[in-house]
This record gives sequence, structure tokens and C-alpha cells, in this order.
Amino acid sequence: MKAIEASNLSKTYPGGVPALDGLSLEVEAGTIFGLLGPNGAGKSTAVKILTTLARADSGEARVTGLDVVRDADRVRRSIGVVGQKPGLDPEATGSENLEMQAELYGIRGAVRRERVEQLLDRLGLADAAGRLAKTYSGGMQRRLDVALGLIHRPNVLFLDEPTTGLDPEARGELWREIERLARDEEMTILLTTQYLEEADRLASELVIVDRGRIVAHGSPDELKSELRGDTVQVELVESANGDAAAAVSQVAGVSELSVDGQLLRARAANGAAAIPSLITALERSGLQVASATIARPSLDDVYLRHAGRSFQQADTDTKEVAA
Amino acid sequence: MIALQHTRQVALRYIRALLRQPAWVGISLVQPVIWLLLFGALFKRTADIPGFTGGSYIEFLTPGVVVMLAVSSAGWVGMGFIEDINRGTMDRLLVSPIWRGALNLGSVAQSVLSIAVQSAIVIGLSLAVGAHFHDGLAGVAVLIAVAGLLGAVFASLSNGVAVLTRQRETLIGIVTMVTLPLTFLSSALMQQSLLPDWIRWIAKFNPVNWATEAGRSAASPNADWGLIATRTGLLALLLLASAAFATRAFNAYQRSI
Repeated sequence: MKAIEASNLSKTYPGGVPALDGLSLEVEAGTIFGLLGPNGAGKSTAVKILTTLARADSGEARVTGLDVVRDADRVRRSIGVVGQKPGLDPEATGSENLEMQAELYGIRGAVRRERVEQLLDRLGLADAAGRLAKTYSGGMQRRLDVALGLIHRPNVLFLDEPTTGLDPEARGELWREIERLARDEEMTILLTTQYLEEADRLASELVIVDRGRIVAHGSPDELKSELRGDTVQVELVESANGDAAAAVSQVAGVSELSVDGQLLRARAANGAAAIPSLITALERSGLQVASATIARPSLDDVYLRHAGRSFQQADTDTKEVAA
Repeated sequence: MIALQHTRQVALRYIRALLRQPAWVGISLVQPVIWLLLFGALFKRTADIPGFTGGSYIEFLTPGVVVMLAVSSAGWVGMGFIEDINRGTMDRLLVSPIWRGALNLGSVAQSVLSIAVQSAIVIGLSLAVGAHFHDGLAGVAVLIAVAGLLGAVFASLSNGVAVLTRQRETLIGIVTMVTLPLTFLSSALMQQSLLPDWIRWIAKFNPVNWATEAGRSAASPNADWGLIATRTGLLALLLLASAAFATRAFNAYQRSI
């Protein structure tokens, strides 16, 4: 059964900024599905539409079989949402936050007490339950947000960049909790992230989103195995020009070259064999090599291949547009 | 039923947050005292103007100050919404099955409660310095109710504007621009018959004046219940419209994100 189905979602913000451009996806019930992409790729917009917060200009979406526009109220009862911005009330204690959320879902009395206690316990907030949420650390606030999304035991949980801004320890804790939810509670989880390693670790299936479109789709392993061979990265002493591309293209066994300032990236069936001839070819063109590395394919390479730019580059582009 | 439960939850949340700010509590308790004593002293001689029919100026002024306080404190209610929106709190509530009307009405309930407490302080103080309210408790209760009604109207408008603009500065600008003129274009500080003709004409359409007239009449020796009923009715209609506006503003917000 499909827990989430979206077809052809498009949305343009006032001022003509396109956020989604025909996004379609299907999420199998009980799996963790990743939406990977840089800032501004349209991930949050997709989550807002699927969770009934925003409306698409065109296209349709169903969550647990219910239309997100026509059946918004029933959809809201079956989903849990942890947004990118903190949803907690900083002027209330951890318990008060959860108690109010429970009431809104019609959970009262003894059941409410039990759920609140259980969640505080499981997310390591029991000792801080009586403290105002604004006194919590970043990691604790995030965990309280997750608890708020879980109070009514939703079938589908949406996590919009849940670990952005967390330190590595807090991130690891949250990852374990997300894995536990999918495994023990058979929850369907849709997760957006800009961290490649997060998608790699958590998602059983993922799409790579760029400029409001899906550019790649598969399991992390499938996506990585699409890229046969190694990534070769060469850093030059000075910024490269057209000569670099010309020089490298003559080296046998090297493909998919991209040049970004001083950084050359290419794919090679056998990286170790390609590097000496690569360096020779570059130096013959008068380009000095500062360093050369070989790496097994990562999701970053998958992204580079499908979106035509590196992850970091996409991030910088977005910031420049925003500025 | 659900509507009421959700409204109560939202109201509790805002009330609790306010009570946890001792500075806010202190200021809102002292503010009515300052207003009443300051305006009372400044305009004391008004009672000597030929044609002034009220008793002492304090007696006349008390309902006016109650109404002014209601307007000025309710106007700022939208700031809470802006904070909720800038954080993710409002989005979290909007993807829950909460009854939409509860968001505005819960915040309005908190505002009305604050107004009732402040009004009671003003009235108590005014009694302490020698004013008499002839209908006793009933008149005073009507005065507080009318002030609460007017406050609910302004709190709803403030919330609606907050959701539409989501800008602190814009809301501050609008509140300062609107509340003071509305207060001066009413009989809050000056007897209706002594107002210039053009102000008296404008005041007919001014909700602040409706509340002042109704509240002052209720607290006077010969309350005009017909006038009180029509003015209260007008305010109630205005509340329906402004609460609908505040709730529908969320549709515009959700379309824009």
C-alpha cells in the first residue's frame, strides 16, 4: 500500500519564484523515504503541501489514501509533522506542550497522562519535563518537537530537515530514534535533508530534488552503483581555464569532467591508474597540481551527475539568488 | 464542544505565558492606576465647564478610562500571533486538527480576561477616591462586559492584521495610528454634548464611542437600557465580523506559504 502519493505537484510563489515544478513521488507504507536536495530545492514546499499547510497550484496528493485538499481534516489526524522551524511553545514546559497537543487530537484523561509520560521518557526529556521549553538545549528542543509530532501515534510522520543545526551527538540520537520508529512502530516516515550521509543512513528509498524537480530516484545503493568506478578529484594551484578541460579530455578512461575554480572532478573506471596520466596531462598544459584524491562514489557524486552541479555549488547558488 | 475545548486550550496557553512574565503583570496592574489618576488630575476642571452634567470628573472619566484601556491593550494582541508564526508554532497548530476559530478566540479570551482585571482595578480605585456608581454591581458588570466586547473586536482585528502582514513594525504602526484617534473621536474624555459637531458626527460610527456610551450609561444613575442594548448589539455584530476576518486570514496565510 502507498502511504503517500503525489503527482505533478507544482507551485510558484508570488513574485514568480518557482518552488515545485511537477514533482511526483510514491512512498510505500512502513518505509523511510528521503527527499534529498540543497537549500531552496523545494523540499519544504513539498512537505507543506503534503501536510495540508500549503496548497499546490496544480497537481494532486494523497496521504494514507486521503486527498490533502478535500480531506484535509482527516489527513491531519493521521499525520505527524515536525517542521523545519521549532513548533514548540517556548513559554510552556515540556509537559504542558505535550498536554495541549494531546488535547487538540482529542486525547484526554488517563490516556493523555500515559502518552505524555511515555514520550518524555523515550525522548530523554523526563528530567526536564517541568522546565520551560525555552531553557532546553537545541537537541532537547528538537526532541520535544518530535514528541509533539508523535503524541497521537500517527501513521505517517513528516520530518523536515530534523537534524539541521544539531551537533553530531544530538544528530546521532535522533537518527536512532527515527530508525526505531520505522522498525518498531511500522511508521511511514518522509524525511527531507540536505545531508547526504543522513539520507544514506536512514532512507531505504530516496529522491534527489533540484530546482523543484526530481532528478534521481532509487535506493541509496542503487543510486551509487549507477556510478561505476571512482571519483577523481584534483586540486590545482591556480584556477583552471579551458586548457584544463582540453588536457584532461585526452586522458583515456576519464569521463564526466567538471571544473569548478581550482577543483577538477572526473570519473574514472580505475582511479589509481588514471591519476598519474591525469597529472602528466595537466602539467604538460602548464597547470600545477596541488593535490589529487580518489574516492568511492558518494551521494554527492550522484547529485553532481544528475543536477549538473555539486551540492555545495547548488547551496551557494541558492544563497546568491536569495541575496 | 470541540470548538470550546480547543478555544480553552489556546486561551490557557496564552494566559499561562503572560502570568509567567512578572514585569508584564506588574505593568498591567499599575497602568490603569496611572491612567485614571493622571487623566483625572489633568482634566479635573472639566467638571466646571458650563453644560457638564456628570457628577465629579472622576465619576465621568472612569468608564472612559476603562474603554481606553480595553482598546489599547487589545490592540497589541496580534504580536503573539506574529511570534507564533515566525517560530513554527502556528504552522504546528495549523497542521493539527484544531478548530480554526479557536486560534483567534483563544487569544481573544486571554485579552478579555486581562481587560476585565484591569477594568476592575480602575473601578475599584475610582470608588476608593469617592466616585459612586448608582446601579451598583449590575451597572459595573455591564461596563466591564462592554469593555470586554470592544476589546474582543480590537484583539480580533489585531490578530487578523498580524496574520496578513506578519510584520511586527507594520502592526505597531497600525495600532498606534488607529487607537489614539479613535479614542479622541469619542466621548471617552469629554461629555458628548460638549464635543465639536464634526467629532460628534464621526463618533456615531466609532465603536470606541459605542462602548463608551453604553458603559457610561450603565454606570450612571439613570441608565438608558435602550441605548445600552443597541450599542452592545452593534459591538456584537462587529465582533462577529472581526472574528471571521481573523480566522479567514489564515486561509490567505496558507495560500502565501
